Amino acid sequence: MIEFREVSKTYPDGTRAVEDFSLVIPARRITVLVGSSGSGKTTLMRMINRMVDPSSGTVEIDGRDISKIEPVRLRRGIGYVMQNSGLLPHRTVAENIATVPRLSGVSRADARKRALAMMDTVGLVRTLADRYPSQLSGGQQQRVGVARGLAIDPNILLMDEPFSAVDPIVRAELQQEVLRLQKELAKTIVFVSHDIDEAFLLGDEVVVLEQGGRIVQQGAPEQILAEPANDFVATFIGADRGKRRLTISDAASRGDDRVLVDAGGYPVGVIAAPGGRLAVGHPSPKSRSISNKTDQAGDA
Amino acid sequence: MNWGWIGSNLGLIGGRVLEHLALTAPPIVIGLVLSIPLGYWAGRSQVARSILLSLGGVLYTIPSIALLVLVPVVLGLAILDPLNLVFALSIYAVAIMVRSAADAFASVPQDVLASATAVGFSRWQRFFAVELPLAVPVLLAGIRVVSVSTVSLASVGALIGIDQLGSFFTDAFQRSFLTEAIVGIVCILLLAALYDVILSRIGRAITPWNHARRMAAPQIYAPQDAEVL
Repeated sequence: MIEFREVSKTYPDGTRAVEDFSLVIPARRITVLVGSSGSGKTTLMRMINRMVDPSSGTVEIDGRDISKIEPVRLRRGIGYVMQNSGLLPHRTVAENIATVPRLSGVSRADARKRALAMMDTVGLVRTLADRYPSQLSGGQQQRVGVARGLAIDPNILLMDEPFSAVDPIVRAELQQEVLRLQKELAKTIVFVSHDIDEAFLLGDEVVVLEQGGRIVQQGAPEQILAEPANDFVATFIGADRGKRRLTISDAASRGDDRVLVDAGGYPVGVIAAPGGRLAVGHPSPKSRSISNKTDQAGDA
Repeated sequence: MNWGWIGSNLGLIGGRVLEHLALTAPPIVIGLVLSIPLGYWAGRSQVARSILLSLGGVLYTIPSIALLVLVPVVLGLAILDPLNLVFALSIYAVAIMVRSAADAFASVPQDVLASATAVGFSRWQRFFAVELPLAVPVLLAGIRVVSVSTVSLASVGALIGIDQLGSFFTDAFQRSFLTEAIVGIVCILLLAALYDVILSRIGRAITPWNHARRMAAPQIYAPQDAEVL
């Protein structure tokens, strides 16, 4: 569990990035901080591994005030994945993944063995192990970034807009990959995004932020979608434009079934005639069980 | 062109080449080593950058003869001591190299540095394992310029009686003997080329990631990588 207590951050030039921010991030679930630029979401995430120290207030991990923990040691225990992967361009894929184990004193051979195993976990073929990051596609680089973040098997994984620079198709695959990994590994993931669709897809818990790190709304995606707290949230999630409204299309229906289309006219599913059950054409990412993870909560 | 003179003076020519080498290698190394911390400092602070770069510019404009006369006075060395030349050449090397080094450290991408910090590199580890290796290509470009300039500048030492390839020019002038001047010029050019080849070879050897790009042609890997993105 990660807890922000009345945290503020004022930069030397007087910019107030975050003001009086309090939040509890539950263990072993995905919490997405979502907001437009200037909402302080990246600043907040960087407070968790002390890349940024708050001007006032405290951040606690499992009840420990992290300002008492030496930053380098703290960071080696927290996975970090960032935009453009942030890989070391002069190190091979395997060396990149092995970076943190090597820093923590694991032998070269063991670190490589672990790196190769991590490549399997994130769906990278081992033949890529000795390539340099510049020789990989954007999607592969992000997978290496995720593998590096997970290489020390951290309890906490910070993901700072990791998929915003890859094309939409690859992004969708990577998002599914995160959900798959999370089902397997059950980490405490803090994910920063400016994309509300990504937030709803990935987040067990979504925190919508406004300028200065003000929490406008917080809750499960379903909750936020059903009851946007105010006009800002409604606009942000596209509810005001009817973007998420589904309508029944008679034209596209077959027999007694009814086809559901979204605001863009894109068919999203079929209401089958017997019983009126909604049978979505492909397995919805939201069909994964959230409750089975909360059982293991408690030790992030 | 007096080929006979060349034939009977091979020993002298070879000796002066070696002397030239001995006088120019230390300043190049000193220039590189000193410019790394200075350039790193210049990369971290705007104030340091403007001070160091203007200082470098000023040092480089000092006429070499004036510097060669001043150095023994300042260092308290004998006027004919070769160390005077080494010291003066080192000053010029640092003066040029500081700018390259500052640019070299500035060329390291910010997001790479941020991510290195984020995954737990300490400041020193980050410097030696990330910043220095990634600065190598630009450092190398700078040191190649320095090596050529040092090799040619060293010949001025002949004017204060320090023997090396430049001595062929003073001799040629005093004796109105063109062959010696040509021999001096050709040897200096060859020596400069030798430095350049050696330095670029070293550079290639220690930056393998910079030469791996061409292997990235997608069509070579597409079939095998298709299912993994």
